[in-house]
Amino acid sequence: MASSLLSPSFTSFLRTKDLSLSAFTSQRCFKAVPRKIIRCAIAAPQRQPSTTGSVRTAMTMTEKILARASEKAQLTPGDNVWVNVDILMTHDVCGPGSIGIFKREFGEDAKVWDREKLVIIPDHYIFTSDERANRNVDILRDFCHEQNIKYFYDIKDLSNFKVNPDYKGVCHVALAQEGHCRPGEVLLGTDSHTCTAGAFGQFATGIGNTDAGFVLGTGKLLLKVPPTLRFVMDGEMPDYLLSKDLILQIIGEITVAGATYKSMEFVGTTVESLTMEERMTLCNMVVEAGGKNGVVPADSTTFKYLEGKTSLPYEPVYSDDQARFLAEYRFDVSKLEPVVAKPHSPDNRALARECKDVKIDRVYIGSCTGGKTEDFMAAAKVFLASGKQVKVPTFLVPATQKVWMDLYSLPVPGSGGKTCSQIFEEVGCDTPASPSCGACLGGPKDTYARMNEPKVCVSTTNRNFPGRMGHKEGQIYLASPYTAAASALTGYVTDPREFL
Amino acid sequence: MALFSATATVLPRNLAFASSTKLSLSHSHSLLHHFLSFPTPKSSNPRNRVAISLQTPRAQSGASASASFHGLCYVVGDNIDTDQIIPAEYLTLVPSKPDEYEKLGSYALVGLPATYAARFVDPGETKTKYSIVIGGANFGCGSSREHAPVALGASGAAAVVAESYARIFFRNSVATGEVYPLESEGRLCEECTTGDVVTIELGESRLINHTTGKEYRLKPIGDAGPVIEAGGIFAYARKTGMIPSR
Repeated sequence: MASSLLSPSFTSFLRTKDLSLSAFTSQRCFKAVPRKIIRCAIAAPQRQPSTTGSVRTAMTMTEKILARASEKAQLTPGDNVWVNVDILMTHDVCGPGSIGIFKREFGEDAKVWDREKLVIIPDHYIFTSDERANRNVDILRDFCHEQNIKYFYDIKDLSNFKVNPDYKGVCHVALAQEGHCRPGEVLLGTDSHTCTAGAFGQFATGIGNTDAGFVLGTGKLLLKVPPTLRFVMDGEMPDYLLSKDLILQIIGEITVAGATYKSMEFVGTTVESLTMEERMTLCNMVVEAGGKNGVVPADSTTFKYLEGKTSLPYEPVYSDDQARFLAEYRFDVSKLEPVVAKPHSPDNRALARECKDVKIDRVYIGSCTGGKTEDFMAAAKVFLASGKQVKVPTFLVPATQKVWMDLYSLPVPGSGGKTCSQIFEEVGCDTPASPSCGACLGGPKDTYARMNEPKVCVSTTNRNFPGRMGHKEGQIYLASPYTAAASALTGYVTDPREFL
Repeated sequence: MALFSATATVLPRNLAFASSTKLSLSHSHSLLHHFLSFPTPKSSNPRNRVAISLQTPRAQSGASASASFHGLCYVVGDNIDTDQIIPAEYLTLVPSKPDEYEKLGSYALVGLPATYAARFVDPGETKTKYSIVIGGANFGCGSSREHAPVALGASGAAAVVAESYARIFFRNSVATGEVYPLESEGRLCEECTTGDVVTIELGESRLINHTTGKEYRLKPIGDAGPVIEAGGIFAYARKTGMIPSR
């Protein structure tokens, strides 16, 4: 009985192993193209659409990525396919649950499909005395040691993040910063804002614990191919707008369910002018429109950002000229104004200047959406231009250790050599806090800057549904770092043009 | 082996007992009459919850197309996001641990604003008296946290009927088998009231509101059907030979 029970399982395991090996070999072939050729192709004045001889009809960027990942020559929206996963990311909130499911389904002694393709980043509930929160990081550590996971950005000493050399901070920013985002790849994470990585021209989407447990054991997932909405953003970016304004503009247009089960592709001269961090902010909030993923075509900006960050070869893909889009939206960015999303929905868009009578209690600058280096640089620019003190408590939560370091080391343009931290101190902001997700989603009650009372907050974060930053009756105005800083200076929701 | 076989054939829970007990205490005679006159499928059996949560995804494992759900409904509006379904402060609970799974259930829909006078799970309780949630558009928007469908399932909710769903919540419901996500043809959140007695007949793709006497059409399950029929992503993968059987 015992031998007959073991035999089929063992055989099946071998079969799975063979399949996995085959998948790896196949992927290796795809990625063998030297980067130099890609760069040259990009630089060519008349870039030819990326195609392979076997493509019968035109495909979008997302369709191409998923076709390659599922080893198919052709895919259309609505197809359900098993895809090979390039990177799976998880963190302290969903990692323990995913690990629990992996062990339950594959066995206590099972090994993950690839120890170098799993990236584990504690970032949500780190700086808290909540015992269960701390235990969850311990669970991640035990698992990573047991499985010999290559990329585990651990933190042990909570009293001082700086004495934890491996600790990074917010997963979505850390992924990019550490070179885990590569054009043309499939990245899945147990966090809805995993779509941030679409800024690199890859397919990136959020999944739950059970799907993650499945990927841990197989390296594969069944995905439905989404149709694509195309957003063409042209024109010079005014000096009072940031990409947060662009994505809030879009969500206000199509609503919180406007992109459900769809991909959002961002193109146009404005998009091409955006830095990687700005592109990340744009893609970060596609899930707020219900989007499955968002993508920005990879270009010289992408390649330059990735230099020195990753040694793995990658091959970008691009939408064919004749690719079919569900809809196309065009924006003349030069005509847009600073906007906010009013409580209690990310699509409750209003012009910032129309909210000038809204008195606020605090400002929060942080998160994967609005806590990157350039986000703080933008805030500092407004503070510098004003020369005034903030009127309300202004909380600063850098997304990662590197961002925190940048605040203390990088000079702010036009400041005569001052750093962000110096400017923030001069205007009366709170001292920059330990890097993490912080109060973006509330979290344990002792989380720094959590809204424990029904206050009004202008925030550079990504969501403002009831209870998002802690208190059920808290009111959150989502805004760009420019608008957040301007609002801090007046104590009311403020259009940054008043200072810039 | 027997244990696995047994769990594989588990059908949706018989909700009549719990519902009828609470119903008789809180509703008028006419409602009680309505309830008692409707037979509950005899094929349903109570389940050992702890064993189930240890061994296999809950509720919908092997749920056949002829199954039905019956009980009180809880009605919510549009864009009920995952923060309202399970607030972030409770995400330190790990759903794959049985005791924490149960705790998650006690917090289901605790994030709803005070405008929802009736609480989904009464204070001091771990189980809801409402077995069916009726929502509007974009149910489950926001986070990819699987804790959201898990909290609903752990609280004793068997199904959600919404006009539409956010992609991740729908997918997590299907992958886990925690709650059965159904789409209505119209806006049932404007047709039903919290506390109404309803039946969902999967085979007929319809919802019957016994309190109002009206029937409503539900949409067929679509792409996710095979995964739901199998009982979740793992069961489906095993069934199709994608991964080895346990």
